[in-house]
Amino acid sequence: MRILGIIVVILTGALLIYAMGDFPSWANPVSPAHNHVSPRYIEKSMEETSVPNIVTAVLADYRGYDTMFETTVIFGAGVVCFFLLRIPRKDEPTVRRYRHTLTGMTIRVKETRKIPPVLEEFERIDTLWAPHDLIIKTACRILVPFLQLFGLYVIAHGHHSPGGGFQGGVILGASMILLAISHDLRTAIGRMSERVHAILCPVGVFIYAGTGALCLLLGFNFLDYGALAGILHVDPVTARSHGILIVEIGVGLAVMATMIWIYNNISSKGRYDEGL
Amino acid sequence: MSQHYPALLVVIPLLSALLISIVGWLNKRLCFPIAVAALSVSTYSSVGLLLKVLDEKVIHYHLGGWAPPWGIAYRVDHLSALVLVVVSVVALLNLIATQKSVEQEFPEKIGAFYTLYVLFITGLLGIVVTGDAFNLYVLLEITSLTGYGLIAMGEDRAPLSSLNYVYMGTIGACFYLLGIGYLYISTGSLNMADISSILPDLYDSKVVLAAFVICMVGVCLKMAFFPLHGWLPNAYTYAPSAVSSLVAPLMTKVMIYVMIRLMLTVFTPEFIFSKLALSNSVVWLAVIAISMGAVLALGARNMKKMLSYVIIAEVGYMVGGAWLGNRAGMTGAVLHIANDALMTLCVFLAVGNIVYRAKGYAFEDLKGMFRKMPYTMTGLVAGALSIIGVPPTCGFFSKWYLISGGIQAGQYAFVAALVFSSLINAVLFFRIIEIGYYEPFGADHGHGSSPIRMAEAPLTMVVPLLIVAGGLVVMGVYTGDIVTNIIEPIIPLAIGN
Amino acid sequence: MSDLISSIVDNYNYLIYVTLMMIGLYAMIAKKNLVKKIVGMNIFQTAIILFYVSIGAKKDATIPIIQHGHGQGAHEITSSVIEAVEYINPLPHVLMLTAIVVSVATLGVALALAIKIYNQYETLEEDEILAQIREK
Repeated sequence: MRILGIIVVILTGALLIYAMGDFPSWANPVSPAHNHVSPRYIEKSMEETSVPNIVTAVLADYRGYDTMFETTVIFGAGVVCFFLLRIPRKDEPTVRRYRHTLTGMTIRVKETRKIPPVLEEFERIDTLWAPHDLIIKTACRILVPFLQLFGLYVIAHGHHSPGGGFQGGVILGASMILLAISHDLRTAIGRMSERVHAILCPVGVFIYAGTGALCLLLGFNFLDYGALAGILHVDPVTARSHGILIVEIGVGLAVMATMIWIYNNISSKGRYDEGL
Repeated sequence: MSQHYPALLVVIPLLSALLISIVGWLNKRLCFPIAVAALSVSTYSSVGLLLKVLDEKVIHYHLGGWAPPWGIAYRVDHLSALVLVVVSVVALLNLIATQKSVEQEFPEKIGAFYTLYVLFITGLLGIVVTGDAFNLYVLLEITSLTGYGLIAMGEDRAPLSSLNYVYMGTIGACFYLLGIGYLYISTGSLNMADISSILPDLYDSKVVLAAFVICMVGVCLKMAFFPLHGWLPNAYTYAPSAVSSLVAPLMTKVMIYVMIRLMLTVFTPEFIFSKLALSNSVVWLAVIAISMGAVLALGARNMKKMLSYVIIAEVGYMVGGAWLGNRAGMTGAVLHIANDALMTLCVFLAVGNIVYRAKGYAFEDLKGMFRKMPYTMTGLVAGALSIIGVPPTCGFFSKWYLISGGIQAGQYAFVAALVFSSLINAVLFFRIIEIGYYEPFGADHGHGSSPIRMAEAPLTMVVPLLIVAGGLVVMGVYTGDIVTNIIEPIIPLAIGN
Repeated sequence: MSDLISSIVDNYNYLIYVTLMMIGLYAMIAKKNLVKKIVGMNIFQTAIILFYVSIGAKKDATIPIIQHGHGQGAHEITSSVIEAVEYINPLPHVLMLTAIVVSVATLGVALALAIKIYNQYETLEEDEILAQIREK
């Protein structure tokens, strides 16, 4: 296999380096890539969409259809991870470990249906358990709301600074994953249950596709935000800016929910009782 | 509303996939009706689009209201319309036929299954209808990811086969993306029609040559063209039966559509057949693919693996036909896309019925099937005749075009491979028919299921199979009309005679 | 031949991406551990992202956010002239946002498949898995 790998790599590398001979030189302002389609984006995006961040304008308006399908890709990946790994609730394993807080003794319990969820002297632990660490738990718990606030800022300010739906959605998702890592998976699932994030994910994509379908129903082409000018009572250029904001919110919701969903499924191997 | 058909075709299934995903958490029984409704709307839109294209020649649709090349544009011509109709009809029939088998295999995750099913079809429809090269990549990734997930839920070696498919499929899609990047760096545009108008000045550039080779290698990886076919037999054999009858007819054919689209629209035939001298080598690779597929199918030990190798040979037919460089060859390749999708659906649906009742797909499970499941076996025989190439089924006509194209181009090895593969297919399928007809319904039948009470598959599984089998004959009878009205306008005059 | 070499040396950014891509491709073909192959896949995709982003660079240009675009100055911007030369090309960045999301999604699916394989075979080495399959 190694020899086959080396041969394939050498052949492919040779083809690619051969093609490099005709490339325009690096950072040359007069290459075809810079002079055909992009000048209109740079020069006209401010007056056509009133969004200073050109990348956001191109992403969510000029090429918004691609972004909708990109959101669908991440939604599809979440559904695939769920479809592959999730063990249905009635098949979930019923062995749990508890630790007596006063003496430090751990016990394994097989029939767990009769145990109430919260016990006074026994705490539920994972298979790989580390002792309670006050500093990590408190620090992470304090950080989570600031992370979420920053995530919301990144989504909302995507028009004027680097940012947007994907970036903000990942930060929001990371805040819940931080909770899952620093405490344990059951705490995070207690905060945002499986049903909530599994439904929030398609709702986010639905906001995006629904905005496009709304424009279709109002007689314009799909995802033509100018149609929203009538509903929002603004001029068409500002309507585009608002349309971009709405779809970015949809994208942020979908990405956040999918990140949490994929993490939950992979770290607990589908069982949703213990994580990393 | 009819001017929005191109958008509705893709958006309605997308919205319903989201709806199914939400509804799956609340009430599992609504998932199937929503999926059927969505695919019916798609079928209606694609047929409407085909009728409009027959009048108007090319239909454009600008998404977001922006004209290309600044926005994404849809461009529907005869080729796209034909493949759209084929994809949506195959998907709808398969959905109805496999409902019972899905309920048997995934009782808990029906919502997730139908979401992935409808997303797969959304991706395929989007690949066919788009006119923007990068949009094609995104939709290709949707199709691939949902395909990986659907295939991995089979039994036995399914997750390992799916992971091998992930590796090779990702390399293929990334090579396609790299090829698009090379085209972008030399032309500055992503729209297919726009690129093809800028390219003629750049035909001597090494970048364009490398772009073409890299794009083709990527597409060949995804369509399982020899020697990059290693993922296909295992992936299609171990997938659940509801999934193999969805993925097998559609995925490789749509990738062949992508190759023909790149050949005809983006890199025009002048570039491919005059400037490059690759057609001989590609036709030889196709000859090897056909022969190897036929010989390995002989050595297969169960039905699904045999059919997977037959698919590899069929891909060889279409690639060889497209690269012959004359009208008959290209006509045969395009006609074979539609015919092969129907034929493959027919045989895989029949195997799915057999698996539903007999719980296995080895050759021994076929003993005496003609008496127990007569309708299913009729469908299997119809599909088999079409794969062998017996008139009046459609398989004969597309083989006829491919053979005459091969003779015109002087590629006699290709003609010999086609005839050889038809003979081998005859041997394969007569062997199956003999086991099913003549062998007694013995006590060693089935894996534990009681042999006496085996009955025909339920009506919802048999009726679509018979519709497809009838469709094979109808397509064969109407081949002349299809070729003159739909396929002839596609092939540019630059391809010689 | 000599201008091939000189053009290669001038455009060393493209050479870097080719090297990275070949490292990723070699890892996917030659390594036997499933997770190492997944890592190779990720390196391969990252190299393509690097290629696209390096297409978009322009000498002496700034990031593609219109300067003074919000606040008081916003009204004057629409009437003044925005030079395309001052800002780098935004289109490759847009395309690569999509490609990064796609590569993360593929990584998630590949890891889920690796977990499923581990649950079934208790190992992640390809030769041990094939040995187990052959025994059956």
